[in-house]
Amino acid sequence: MNHLEISQVAMEFETPTGPFVALDNVNLTIAKGEFVSLIGHSGCGKSTVLNIVAGLYQATTGGVILDGKEVNEPGPDRGVVFQNHSLLPWLTAYENVELAVKQVFTGKKSKAEMKEWILHNLELVHMSHAIDKRPSEISGGMKQRVGIARALAMEPKVLLMDEPFGALDALTRAHMQDSLIEIQARLKNTVIMITHDVDEAVLLSDRIVMMTNGPSATVGEILPVDLPRPRDRVQLAGNKQYNEYRAEVLKFLYERQRKIEPVPAISSEKKKAKSDDEEIAA
Amino acid sequence: MNTQVVNIINNLNIKGQTIKFFDFFKDPSKVFKTIGIPILSIAMFLVIWNAVASQIKTSLGQVPGPAHVYQQIITLYGEHVEERNKETAFYERQEKRNAKKLEKNPDAKVKIRPYTGKETFFDQVITSIVTVITGFLLASLIAIPIGIICGLSTTLYSALNPLIQTFKPISPLAWLPIVTMIVSAVYISDDPMFDKSFLNSAITVMLCCMWPTIINTTVGVSTIDKDLINVSRVLRLGWMTNVIKIVLPSSIPMMFAGLRVSLGIGWMVLIAAEMLAQNPGLGKFVWDEFQNGSSNSLARIMVAVVAIGLIGFLLDRVMLLLQKSVSWDKSAIIR
Repeated sequence: MNHLEISQVAMEFETPTGPFVALDNVNLTIAKGEFVSLIGHSGCGKSTVLNIVAGLYQATTGGVILDGKEVNEPGPDRGVVFQNHSLLPWLTAYENVELAVKQVFTGKKSKAEMKEWILHNLELVHMSHAIDKRPSEISGGMKQRVGIARALAMEPKVLLMDEPFGALDALTRAHMQDSLIEIQARLKNTVIMITHDVDEAVLLSDRIVMMTNGPSATVGEILPVDLPRPRDRVQLAGNKQYNEYRAEVLKFLYERQRKIEPVPAISSEKKKAKSDDEEIAA
Repeated sequence: MNTQVVNIINNLNIKGQTIKFFDFFKDPSKVFKTIGIPILSIAMFLVIWNAVASQIKTSLGQVPGPAHVYQQIITLYGEHVEERNKETAFYERQEKRNAKKLEKNPDAKVKIRPYTGKETFFDQVITSIVTVITGFLLASLIAIPIGIICGLSTTLYSALNPLIQTFKPISPLAWLPIVTMIVSAVYISDDPMFDKSFLNSAITVMLCCMWPTIINTTVGVSTIDKDLINVSRVLRLGWMTNVIKIVLPSSIPMMFAGLRVSLGIGWMVLIAAEMLAQNPGLGKFVWDEFQNGSSNSLARIMVAVVAIGLIGFLLDRVMLLLQKSVSWDKSAIIR
């Protein structure tokens, strides 16, 4: 039996100008413990796929099956790490993780066990020093760490990450990727991660799923990344195979699925002024 | 000097920042800005008031200036003290008489009659404050839950919104007769816990001041960050947990904006209601003085007007402090 199966998923959104087909016939099978990246241009529906797996969206046709059960609502067996951390700003790092742990383990773990589990997960993401800090008191990278701890603490079957490091600066991002490699090596979770970053995809993934441009986006190509683990970014930088994988993804994104978007020649303000002029002229 | 006192003086909390007290006085421009400017503007206001008041003559004599009003504050306080002395004397007399009675006949029935003297200005102030707080608390108890469910459910919102919008603009003067009739029909008790007049005023305040809280809470709840709603969905938080952990904290700023408007409206409504219904309170004081028509009446009414303003200001400050104490975002500037 497949661990996670995304089967013939299509998604239509109602818009004032009629239905918009965001996804069409998306098929993907993921094995247990596999790290899969979804990569593609903005607006290609990567997040939609993730939200359907999370249960936050309902696919128009097709569906998602996790361990033989259809996914039709959100639940803690699919931990989500949101792009902008989404921590509750009125709770401390500890309390944010606690909210998730209480929800999942009340009745299964004793209070002391839960406390230990919360601390363990915060330690896993190297946040033990700031458990009593509110989100506003810690940096962006630290917030994202707490967000990951919260998702991991639910012991999810699948960890869903929506551009988890997209909002971070390059150095922090590299640091977070290293942390994620380390955590993944220890826990062997199934992970689906959305990314824009080719290096990130190659460094972290077992397979890279490249999506075509929308509308009616679907899975374009799948690239298995056969690099030995543990991976080290510095060593890989000179690795021939690593660079081939990178080139492969780049070619897909910028040759075969090149997004033809006219570069706006005039700034939006000027554009507005222009349209105002046109209105006057009309 | 006692070291503790020195510490307190040294660390006065001004505008949220701890400023060393003596440093504060070393900077004259700061002193002028925080203390000087308000004093100056108040002084200017008093001068203009005085100048304008002396120009206008009414059937009750000249419009009183600040000095006349100040003199009436002293008089009103004197009347209050006198009334209290009378009251104590009244009870003392009763006790002496009862003691004598019991001396003669230990089985005699003794009674203490309550004092029924005139309510002074300060009694009226207390009555009004108690009434407005009661009405406001009742309103909040109803308005916050309604606001939350309207914000969470679009169905309930569309069900209740027309009613809310219709009831919102109704004047307290229109509610008052209805409330009076209903209270006297429904609240029948041999030993009433509350005066009917108190209930009438409080319920009228409640009916008029719950709307801003309902509307603001609804808006606050319906504009919660979508990511936080998703967090709640992924965690499968129960309805109550969702409300307590996510909905309430994120809508607190909007809710308090509504509560503060509500309390302000409630205070205005109360004065009008007391005036119309002759229920005890500041409104009644104003009306009584108006009917009294002595040469001091206008000045005494102005004392009431100033008191109404200051109490309204004070109530808002109390709400602000309350908001600061429950708000999670201590860095937010609340004004």
